Amino acid sequence: MLEKLFTGSKYYYLWLLFLVCVILGCAVAYAVQLQTGLGVTGMNRDVSWGLYISQFTYFVGVAASAVMLVLPAYFHHYVKFKRMIIFGEFMAVAAVVMCALFIVVDLGQPQRMANVMLHPTPNSVMFYDMIVLIGYLCLNIIIGWVTLEAERLEVAPPKWVKPLVYLSVIWAFSIHTVTAFLYAGIPGRHYWLTAIMAARFLSSAFCSGPAILLLLLFVVRRLTGFDPGKDAIKTLATIIVYAMCINVFFYCLELFTSFYSNIPGHMEPIMFLFNGHGGELAWVSYFMWAAVIMAFASLALLIPPQLRTSKFLPLALIMLVLASWIDKGLGLLIGGFTPNMYEGFTPYMPTCTEITVALGVYAIGLLVLSLLWKIALCVKRDVNNFCD
Amino acid sequence: MNTNRRKFLKIASLSAFALSSGVASLGLGAKEAQAQLAPGAYGHGDKSLHAKRWAMVIDTREFKTAADYEPLIKACHRAHNVPDIPGNKNIKWLWLDSYEHCFPDDMNPHLSTKMQQAVFPLLCNHCTNPPCVRVCPTQATYKMADGIVAMDYHRCIGCRFCMAGCPYGARSFNFFDPRKYLPEPTNPSFPTRMIGVVEKCTFCAERLAKGQLPACVEASNGKILFGDLEDPNSTVRKALAANYSIRRKPNLGTQPGVYYLI
Amino acid sequence: MLYNKSAVYIGIVILVILLTSPFWVGLFGHNYTSTGITTPKDQATCIENADFMRAQHMRLLNEWRDKALRDETRTYVATDGKKWEISLQNTCMRCHTNYKSFCEKCHLSNSVSPYCWTCHIIPTEGK
Repeated sequence: MLEKLFTGSKYYYLWLLFLVCVILGCAVAYAVQLQTGLGVTGMNRDVSWGLYISQFTYFVGVAASAVMLVLPAYFHHYVKFKRMIIFGEFMAVAAVVMCALFIVVDLGQPQRMANVMLHPTPNSVMFYDMIVLIGYLCLNIIIGWVTLEAERLEVAPPKWVKPLVYLSVIWAFSIHTVTAFLYAGIPGRHYWLTAIMAARFLSSAFCSGPAILLLLLFVVRRLTGFDPGKDAIKTLATIIVYAMCINVFFYCLELFTSFYSNIPGHMEPIMFLFNGHGGELAWVSYFMWAAVIMAFASLALLIPPQLRTSKFLPLALIMLVLASWIDKGLGLLIGGFTPNMYEGFTPYMPTCTEITVALGVYAIGLLVLSLLWKIALCVKRDVNNFCD
Repeated sequence: MNTNRRKFLKIASLSAFALSSGVASLGLGAKEAQAQLAPGAYGHGDKSLHAKRWAMVIDTREFKTAADYEPLIKACHRAHNVPDIPGNKNIKWLWLDSYEHCFPDDMNPHLSTKMQQAVFPLLCNHCTNPPCVRVCPTQATYKMADGIVAMDYHRCIGCRFCMAGCPYGARSFNFFDPRKYLPEPTNPSFPTRMIGVVEKCTFCAERLAKGQLPACVEASNGKILFGDLEDPNSTVRKALAANYSIRRKPNLGTQPGVYYLI
Repeated sequence: MLYNKSAVYIGIVILVILLTSPFWVGLFGHNYTSTGITTPKDQATCIENADFMRAQHMRLLNEWRDKALRDETRTYVATDGKKWEISLQNTCMRCHTNYKSFCEKCHLSNSVSPYCWTCHIIPTEGK
């Protein structure tokens, strides 16, 4: 099926060329970071993780969200998802690739990365995170490729794929749970020491991931005419609403426990995120309030069924994605580290170099996604499974 | 209770791991990993100091101002070639902070003026249950038989999970090449570190092996005690028995090995 | 269906030979003296015999590192009964003071670049 990559319009090649140029440009920033060290980032002694690890966390969620298509399709035989399921699986592949890269760019000694496997350490959550991410990547590549190949040949997928699909459903939950355990098992980091962390991660993943998928598919529909199907979009939007409601609810649970218990350590990160420190709003506070507004605005546009199917759907999804990204991609790390372990405050702001490196990883993710989706779209077109 | 929990975690994680890698270790691994390459034998030095559990007792009553601690910090940082990097990407093995920041759980708004103005020395606590060791994915940081939490800079991949894990902020990351901030090594018989690894206080394991007490203890003229916590007749046990002592963030269950006499 | 079968196979064989050529060259490698290294003049022997050290010093150093750092056994008793402190910087480099004409020369001509000295300090006279 790889030959499909070499068929396409001028714009397809221009898009790939653009991505490659962005990647090469950002690689320069990474080379600078390799040379001078992580000192080029905004991280410091107290805020020892920053943008890279938060993006890693966010995209583990995006990867896990493929399960929101797979589960209804395979467990509940919801056939209307079958047409776009491959796009979810391939998006998961791209997302896991990004996760791996975000970890690599965050390492101080990336050339020693193999030490995690050479000296396996079962008491470290990071060890399990590596295993589940590699496993999930393999599962999605195999399942996606084999089912697409079967579709191309217009035969039923081989029987041995089914158990792998069921495994991938459980596995998807495990990758984000283990990622949450990276944070939730650390003593002395008040914002993270909460049993609901994994549940929050999953709920935010299951609304934001499918939302990103739908938005990207809308773009694809505009560019190629591929239609995921009206009912499928409607159902997925419904899933997104439920997940987002649960996500907001879980965050409110955190607020209740922190503020009703009145324990300073638990209130401080939330106070800092929304209220800043010393009478002044932190830069992240503006983002956090924007996230609150966008979260509720997106719910207002998504909960009424007639609005959910209207032309406002993309707008609602964009706001939802931004809100969840701010919560998990900024607030999580800054809330955990900026109120530091001395009950003081150490500010953090990513530097230009750091943002450039992160954009480079985004571009690689987009490149992987573009190539994989290109194959899928070609196959769908060949077998007339392209639109209603 | 605590040992039970640790045992349970150990068994649970080991069995989980055995499932995932059982095949590999059944093969070549186990036997060859233990085979010694060197024809000679390994042992301890004649003068080396040993303990079942090393611990430190800092008599803060004997220190009046920050200047009193200066020689200790100098001795430590000189002995270990700790670079002096300005800003918050710095390296600290032994440093000072206020009561409020050291003991946030024991804070009250009407602390005596003396305590409000006092500074306290901070260093790695060499915990009995070190969270940094628990989270390290490569065993680059580990707890030794004598209770010292050590670092193997050769193995560290610089993921900084240990820095997130440590509730005491005892760990520093080499954001820059440390030698750029250390034009001449202050101690030619001790290595420096390299860019991209985490470092921290080692309770001067290299000095104990030669029969010397830690550099800060030696420079304190008896104001800091160092000894075996398991030995009832050790100086540290006697000092703890006779004086009121506190530790940092005791409610986290890490069991720090550094005690403060207040 | 494979076209130009024989050409493809010959090509693969040539590629494999080219890719593995460093190993073949290494197998028939030179004598260490051709690197022009100078060994310490005032010492009759290293901690173990010179052949062992030449072949195994890198593995021995790894073992030393783990024994000293992890088991806290920081003394090595050689086969001749002599005791040595386990330390690259304070034991090895005390005799092998000349980094340039000992370590570096051999490493360079063998195209290996260990980074021991980003942390371990080279004696001043040997830089």
